[in-house]
Amino acid sequence: MTGTGFSLDRILNTFAAWSLALLWVLPLAYAVWTAFHPAAYEARFELLAPLTLDNFAKAWDAAPFARYFLNTFLLVSLILAGQFFLGTLAAFAFARFQFPGRNLLFTLVLLQLLVMPDILMVENYQTIRLLNLVDTIPAIALPYIASGFGIFLLRQTFMTIPKELDEAARIEGASVLGVLWRVYIPLAKPTYLAYGLVSVSHHWNNFLWPLIVTNSVDTRPVTVGLSIFSAIDSGVEWSVINAATLMTSGPLLIAFLLFQRQFVQSFMRAGIK
Amino acid sequence: MKRGFALKRDWIHGWLLLLPAMVFLFAFTHIPAVTTFLNSFFSTPRGRRPAKFIGLSNYERMLDDPVFWKVLWNNVWFAFGTIPASVGLAIVMALWVNDRLAGRSFVRMAYFTPTVLPLIAVANIWLFFYTPGFGLVDQITGALFGWPASNYLGNPDTALNAIIVVTVWKEAGFFMIFYLAALQAIPVTLKEAAQIEGAGRWTVFWRITFPLLMPTTLFVCVNAVINSFRLVDHIFILTDGGPDNASALLLFYIYEVAFRFWETAYGATLTVALLVLLSLLAIGQFFFFDRKVHYK
Amino acid sequence: MLKSTFLKAVAATALTFSTWASAQAVDLQFYFPVAVGGKAAETIQELTDAYVAQNPDVTIDAVYAGSYQDTVAKAITASRGGNPPQLSVILSADMFTLIDEDLIQPFDDYLTSDEDKKWLEGFYPAFMENSQTGGKTYGIPFQRSTPVLYWNKEAFEAAGLDPEVAPATWDEMVEFGKKLTRKDDSGNVTQWGVRIPSSGFPYWLFQGLAIENGAILANAEGNKTNFDDPKVVEALQYMVDLSTKYEVMAPGIIEWGATPKAFFEGQTAMMWTSTGNLTNVRDNAPFKFGVAMLPEKAQRGAPTGGGNFYLFKGASDEQNKAAVKFVQWITAPEQSAKWTIATGYVAPRAETWDSDTMKAYAADFPAVLVARDQLEFAKAELATYQNQRVTGIFNDALAAAITGQKDAETALKEAQAQAEEILSEYR
Repeated sequence: MTGTGFSLDRILNTFAAWSLALLWVLPLAYAVWTAFHPAAYEARFELLAPLTLDNFAKAWDAAPFARYFLNTFLLVSLILAGQFFLGTLAAFAFARFQFPGRNLLFTLVLLQLLVMPDILMVENYQTIRLLNLVDTIPAIALPYIASGFGIFLLRQTFMTIPKELDEAARIEGASVLGVLWRVYIPLAKPTYLAYGLVSVSHHWNNFLWPLIVTNSVDTRPVTVGLSIFSAIDSGVEWSVINAATLMTSGPLLIAFLLFQRQFVQSFMRAGIK
Repeated sequence: MKRGFALKRDWIHGWLLLLPAMVFLFAFTHIPAVTTFLNSFFSTPRGRRPAKFIGLSNYERMLDDPVFWKVLWNNVWFAFGTIPASVGLAIVMALWVNDRLAGRSFVRMAYFTPTVLPLIAVANIWLFFYTPGFGLVDQITGALFGWPASNYLGNPDTALNAIIVVTVWKEAGFFMIFYLAALQAIPVTLKEAAQIEGAGRWTVFWRITFPLLMPTTLFVCVNAVINSFRLVDHIFILTDGGPDNASALLLFYIYEVAFRFWETAYGATLTVALLVLLSLLAIGQFFFFDRKVHYK
Repeated sequence: MLKSTFLKAVAATALTFSTWASAQAVDLQFYFPVAVGGKAAETIQELTDAYVAQNPDVTIDAVYAGSYQDTVAKAITASRGGNPPQLSVILSADMFTLIDEDLIQPFDDYLTSDEDKKWLEGFYPAFMENSQTGGKTYGIPFQRSTPVLYWNKEAFEAAGLDPEVAPATWDEMVEFGKKLTRKDDSGNVTQWGVRIPSSGFPYWLFQGLAIENGAILANAEGNKTNFDDPKVVEALQYMVDLSTKYEVMAPGIIEWGATPKAFFEGQTAMMWTSTGNLTNVRDNAPFKFGVAMLPEKAQRGAPTGGGNFYLFKGASDEQNKAAVKFVQWITAPEQSAKWTIATGYVAPRAETWDSDTMKAYAADFPAVLVARDQLEFAKAELATYQNQRVTGIFNDALAAAITGQKDAETALKEAQAQAEEILSEYR
């Protein structure tokens, strides 16, 4: 890795990588620009344009975003708790138990990676209606609570845990769930973190299914709230919409910027198995 | 017979542990898949008229429905537009970010940021990019090349492509992560050995790096294929499927039929078509790709 | 059909409970959508609270249900689940859908006195067209709107036109448009003459053109459309020609949401959009602007739009009576004026416009009167059975013609054939 010819190559690569990076952040940069400037500067880019927080105030006043945030928070918590609980039990079963139907059931679990709940929205909506749960937060969460991806990921992790640890715990008199709790879950912590981050960011951003099952302020997550806010027939300014856009993605974005390394590693971990 | 007893107990433990997850999986994936199929043979119930068995009428209607063929074709075009572009870009991005690049962490952040933003939110931003006349794209092309105002979203020839661009932008950084992980697993010695033998960067990439990335490529491709049928959020904001369904995809059309027109039976029929398509792709991938990259 | 039996049982139980409960005091639940910015939701809440304060024997739970589409979806699912609201504001164009779903009942049974009948006659006839069918009144106009033409007076002046005069005819709109369309040195258009947005729901503004040309898009029974009427074809051809032949309007589909912004930015000198944008334009236009009726061809004309009150099935007699009383109160001059000023919707009764509050408001902002005056020429918004689907087909046809994929006649003929297939079973 020496020589002067190399440095030209390096410069070109750096230049190209940076150009693409700038292109990639342009939409976000643009949203920040409009959100912090008065409406008159939406399409005019002057360095000395006055800064303002009015757009955020307007957006916050114009729609119940506080409630939407609460709904999203409840939603992602509910989904995450459900996925961890059900996924852990199922993954444990697949990783360490022999029973008839194991392979068939595992195939059925993997099938969900292909046929995601979104695709079956028509029937799932009928089910939710039958359960009389339309327009409730559990209704948004239910189809995602058993995640084929989560089960698969945890099973892979559990299988890497040495059987000897398992057996040692059993000899000490731990029950099946005791072994799971004391041996497997602690050792799989990184996987839980990784999967948790992926799940939270996915469900924070999810739109189509919540759009279908919610129809009131009390249940709507931020994504649906934002779409309704911006699709209003008249009168909302671009800068206000962009302020709302930034607000809705804000928490996730800030979390990402703060924990960038963990985020990237989590996505890597969740993907490579 | 202790062994036999342990086995039986294993059975029960296994089943019990699985039960809760399987209940939900069946309730929201497997059973609906079956009832979707069944309902496609009935008419849509309305307040004044209950559902009745109508045989293959829904399927006949689907085959005669020009919009169905249009959205199907759009979906194929969407898949071909998004998959190679986002996967290709992801590899390039990963190679760059894996290199010792000035400001690497900023570049990596820039590529990855779209992944954590809600698609519905970024659609709002892109909508303004594409706005004719004073949108950012027009301002830039106007200032640089003197191009006239365009109407990317309002023209049937460009609407879907405009949506593809947004999708690639959103997906590439996500796929990059997987490549980054794979690149980091490749031993540096391998590359160095090749370079000592005088192989150029290009050769090293095609001869060594790319083949080693193959399992990742397959994984990413499977994801990209599924996404190409699943990602429709931005269409709601950008074009709402228009003009004249030029940018509608299959899942979007299913939504429209079932939840705007309230024709649930026809929506079920379209869902069956989507399921068949996905199964064909799954089978195709199974035969096409080496079985070695199967799980485990 | 286990599902439906189950649902019926649930519905019956819920119904028993609700009738039992209502024997004590009258509880009403009413859903409302919000489709414009401003203080719409707050104003409804204030009005409802005021009513309850005056009438202690009634409690009203006003539920903000989101957009129009959310509201109709919520009302349908709640009704099927056996828990319908007693009242809801839903698009006037959804009347046939609600009848088809067997969810609503006519107001007539509760408007029997002469006084009541006179009250019903107090609404502008244009608004009642979408509210009555088969001799029955299913909707009471509430948040109604209509499209108007906005023009940039400074742009008119710059083009050598009288800044106080808007185009009165189709030909004038083209003529003015040609003078107003400006190009830069390289031949790129910097300002268009006129902008008629065509994204999302192009049928609505297009209907203005169709009515002006003397065409009616659908019959009053909601079971037959006239999409291929030569007058409709001519109207569509005119709309297409604005871009292709006369070159006074931008080609392709024009975004509805960005239209006011394009007007403010000077991208277009005239725009067609809802009266609901009045307040927005007044607050944000950096130039003097005017508001006029849509130009005429054979006649003046415009569609109406917006939402009506509907009375849902499944309520007790007391609830229905209380609901009707509430509707009468909230559409009365004082309340209606408050609502109009807060939102920009057109007050649906003449007496409201005669009230002092409205007179003072109109004196300060005369543009609001244009929409009212245009009502004389307005017709029902396109509404049929399976409305979403039929208008969807029509929208696709319009988009196909506007983007040049099909000629106007072919597109409309095809749309008519498809609509015919759907609607024939409703005759």
